[in-house]
Amino acid sequence: MNNKEYLQEEIIRRSGVNPSKCMRCGKCSATCPAYDEMEYHPHQFVNMVESGDIEPLLNSESLYKCLSCFACIDRCPRNVEPAKLVEAVRLTAIRQQGANRMTANDVPQMIEEDVPPQLLVSAFRKYTK
Amino acid sequence: MQRVGVFVCWCGSNIAGTVDVEAVSEALKSEPGVVFSTNYQYMCSQAGQDMIKEAVKEHNLTGIVVCSCSPRMHEATFRKTAAAAGLNPYMVEIANIREQCSWVHKDMLTGTEKAIILGKAAIAKVNLNTPLTPGESPVTKRALVIGGGIAGIQTALDIADAGFPVDIVEKKPTIGGKMAQLDKTFPTLDCAACILTPKMVDVAQNEKIRIFSYSEVSEIKGFVGNFDVTIKKNARFVKEDVCTGCGACVDKCPMKKIPNEFNLGMDNRKAIYIPFAQAVPKVATIDPNACNMLKNGKCGLCAKVCTAGAIDYTQKDEYIEEKYGAIVVATGFNPISMDKFDEFAYNQSKDVITSLEFERLTNAAGPTAGKLLRPSDGKHPHTIVFVQCVGSRCDACAEKGKEYCSKICCMYTAKHAMLTRDKYPDTEVYVFYIDVRTPGKNFDEFYRRAVEEYGVKYIKGMVGKVTPEGDVLKVQASDLIANKQLHIDADLVVLAAAIEPDKSARPLATMLTASMDTNDFFTEAHPKLRPVESPTAGVFLSGACQGPKDIPETVSQAGAAASKVIGLLAKDKLTGNPCVAHSNELMCNGCSSCERVCPYGAITYSDKEFRMPDRTTKIRRVASVNPAVCQGCGACTVACPSGAMDLNGFANSQIMAEVDAICK
Repeated sequence: MNNKEYLQEEIIRRSGVNPSKCMRCGKCSATCPAYDEMEYHPHQFVNMVESGDIEPLLNSESLYKCLSCFACIDRCPRNVEPAKLVEAVRLTAIRQQGANRMTANDVPQMIEEDVPPQLLVSAFRKYTK
Repeated sequence: MQRVGVFVCWCGSNIAGTVDVEAVSEALKSEPGVVFSTNYQYMCSQAGQDMIKEAVKEHNLTGIVVCSCSPRMHEATFRKTAAAAGLNPYMVEIANIREQCSWVHKDMLTGTEKAIILGKAAIAKVNLNTPLTPGESPVTKRALVIGGGIAGIQTALDIADAGFPVDIVEKKPTIGGKMAQLDKTFPTLDCAACILTPKMVDVAQNEKIRIFSYSEVSEIKGFVGNFDVTIKKNARFVKEDVCTGCGACVDKCPMKKIPNEFNLGMDNRKAIYIPFAQAVPKVATIDPNACNMLKNGKCGLCAKVCTAGAIDYTQKDEYIEEKYGAIVVATGFNPISMDKFDEFAYNQSKDVITSLEFERLTNAAGPTAGKLLRPSDGKHPHTIVFVQCVGSRCDACAEKGKEYCSKICCMYTAKHAMLTRDKYPDTEVYVFYIDVRTPGKNFDEFYRRAVEEYGVKYIKGMVGKVTPEGDVLKVQASDLIANKQLHIDADLVVLAAAIEPDKSARPLATMLTASMDTNDFFTEAHPKLRPVESPTAGVFLSGACQGPKDIPETVSQAGAAASKVIGLLAKDKLTGNPCVAHSNELMCNGCSSCERVCPYGAITYSDKEFRMPDRTTKIRRVASVNPAVCQGCGACTVACPSGAMDLNGFANSQIMAEVDAICK
């Protein structure tokens, strides 16, 4: 398996999204509030994962323009969940940069009353290799 | 002991190519009961059949085994041959050595071995075969059509045309269905009323057709040829045979603010009403939830003005029992609710409407007398956005919408867009589509005309959200070809809502024991070869109750269903299938397992008196099978824990003998 295929499989596995369910209606892009900021729009994002073009996505600013509002997930008629793909590519980008940014030992200090535990769980997942 | 003859067919090279037919006929000679064994090039040919007939005479055969193609192909042929030779046709067994043997094997050795084993199994079975005689049942020469839309109307007219009496049961006060609400019909743009209302009049005037309007089917018993149906005629508080439909009562009724269902709530009707001018029967109906007289006993104006004396406030629901030979389901469809599609603001703005509502808005008999005006302020809209596939083609796991394509939306949206541009050229019309699906005669040409001649703007993409702001609707959408997000200020948004089967279909299917798919569309007996029959004998399907359909398709299917009904009613007697289940009452323990698994409702339980060995009597609950309803599927024989249920022609002992022969 070459790197391109490996990346594609990683993204699909991490996100739990099946991009081949997309019927290309474009409702994700129609609904996206950050559309104009993006180089690759949500429907293109899904299409690029489906065809294995992950590299350009990893290097695109679009990745960080997504607000994670999940409007696309809510409105997609095919349950494709584009925002989850964005999240998986972000995670891949972070992991490629290497280094554990968070260890289990860091967690106790972060526990505060106003920090939701869910946030720590996701942060730990995201910033640990 | 049977005297069995074995006939091995070559089927040209179909079988002989991978099965050594000579070896098969030779090997089967020594099987128990076999007195004659041969092979021939084409067993199903006249020469082959004559060979069988001669062998029956010469060797006094009592059973026949034909090793040939699938019984689906030629079992009937060889049964006829046997009958012609004076044997009971059910003494024939087929060993399928083509589809299940020669066609799937490449090696002569394995193919021959398997063919011999299959032949042995068939011989083991035929040794236990008993002659069977099919029963007969009479046919009631009257048909019931449930639903009075275009599907039901066409079916009823076609059946009546052949001379059989037909009853239509329609739950609304008038027949006509959805088609009566439409303005024009694609692709020729004839006015729906102009082509429908003459048919409605034909129905009313046809001596063979009775209309039970404002009625529903409340009970169905019986089986093909002999259905007993109870029809509930709801009280309309107007004597149907006396009312002249003059409308004086409607004019005088003081209850004015009742949402008018016929115009989808876009205007109001009275408490006493006639749905529309061409209604059939043209008789007034009192809405008991709105009428002051029925609710509080105060008013009675309609009775005062009715010169015919048709008003009867004491009318009660009436139950009519009738016998039918065949039942046609034509319950139709409805657009789905838009409640779950908040992004389109359907419940927030009056100017976001469904396509059926648009249809009423452009209909000359509609709430705006055919002028295209916004429901909110009655102004002429200048920018209209049509959204396709709202709730159609959704993922099966999605919380909203339907998985299937609703089929009719592409065409009616093209029609709406075209007609709007034709009547109001100052209007900008956008259609947002995922795919434009136009398979039909003159359909794609119609859609292209909307684009090329009428300048409708078709945009590949979907609307993401609609936000009402003041008196405009802010539409945010994507244009996938231009790779742009569009922001349009629209005056009117029209949603092509998915369609679903009518809610009455599910309880009706239960009454009929007719099968449905997961979307509540009725299932046909075979998707290609028996498209208008339900798997339940005597039940036929017409129109959108079987799947989304446009008018041309519905009318063709209605005619097809009618011809099937006529074919059934033309018979004086029905010959049943003798391979039906029967219960050994001495072994039955009355557990009801069989009754629960029977898909046809053929099994009933009754208390029966039995003599015990000690000369006392005992009452026990035992199962019995109605052979006219049983389709011989065998589910009950599997479910029965005591082995009391058995299937004629496929007895447990016969199946076990086959298994033993294979495993030996």
